[in-house]
Amino acid sequence: MIDDHLVVETPGDREIVLSRMFDAPARLVFAAFTRPDLLVRWYGAGGWRLVECAVDLRVGGYWRFVSQGPDGQRMGQSGHYRQITPPHRLVYTELFDDQSYPGETLVGHDFTELAGRTTVTTTLRFDTPDGRATALRYPMARGVTESYLRLAELLATTAEGRS
Amino acid sequence: MHIDLDATFAALADPTRRAILARLAGGEATVTELAAPFAMSQPAISKHLRVLERAGLISRTQVAQRRPCRLEAGPLQEATAWLAAYREHWAQRYQRLDELLDELRAGEEARAGEEADAAEQARAAERRGGETT
Repeated sequence: MIDDHLVVETPGDREIVLSRMFDAPARLVFAAFTRPDLLVRWYGAGGWRLVECAVDLRVGGYWRFVSQGPDGQRMGQSGHYRQITPPHRLVYTELFDDQSYPGETLVGHDFTELAGRTTVTTTLRFDTPDGRATALRYPMARGVTESYLRLAELLATTAEGRS
Repeated sequence: MHIDLDATFAALADPTRRAILARLAGGEATVTELAAPFAMSQPAISKHLRVLERAGLISRTQVAQRRPCRLEAGPLQEATAWLAAYREHWAQRYQRLDELLDELRAGEEARAGEEADAAEQARAAERRGGETT
């Protein structure tokens, strides 16, 4: 496990909350979350990269990202901005093109600066509890973290062996 | 084995139920024993136990007059593994963001330095200008 102080919690029946500190002022972090030229440089994981990034940064404005995976597979996601308060808060809706669960997810980022460092707290509110469960399975289902898949198999085997 | 992740997380969302699981991690216990540390009636505890049982997180066996509860580690470990994979996904993203922010900050500091140098040179030129007139 990487010691990067990323905290992930699952409060209530349909939320995921992620919290992480960055060594930069809120102004820069907010820019990294809202400027396409910056978003394409970090958004994505496990070999996935943004190949399309359109941002209409105003309330009601449309955004759309298209990511490309290591084997050339594509994934699109889009939504509308609901609240834009630079550099403190950003709220938007999110819907994946191939989403298997119903409804849009409401994504809120809070940027809290203290002594030149910024804590980003992201709250994902899914439309249904099932949506959250499906989203939690996404990274492993996509094979982005194969080491954890092996871990899950190991744990399952261990549990079966014990029961 | 495939668990109902939704039911597992719903069961884990309650602090009393998490405390019950923590207690059971130390060994089997009866409803009476589980109710003791909480300011709750046995029926209230039994309700929590039913939620945990439905989520597959605990099991109850009949032993003579007792029905002790025991922790079922499988679903809990699997839910933890899913959560760990999800966390790892974001951790990777955020590491790339760390690198970008370092670069942006360094760029800003370099520009600020250049501006300060330019201002200093302008002031020096002004002083020299003042001396010659």
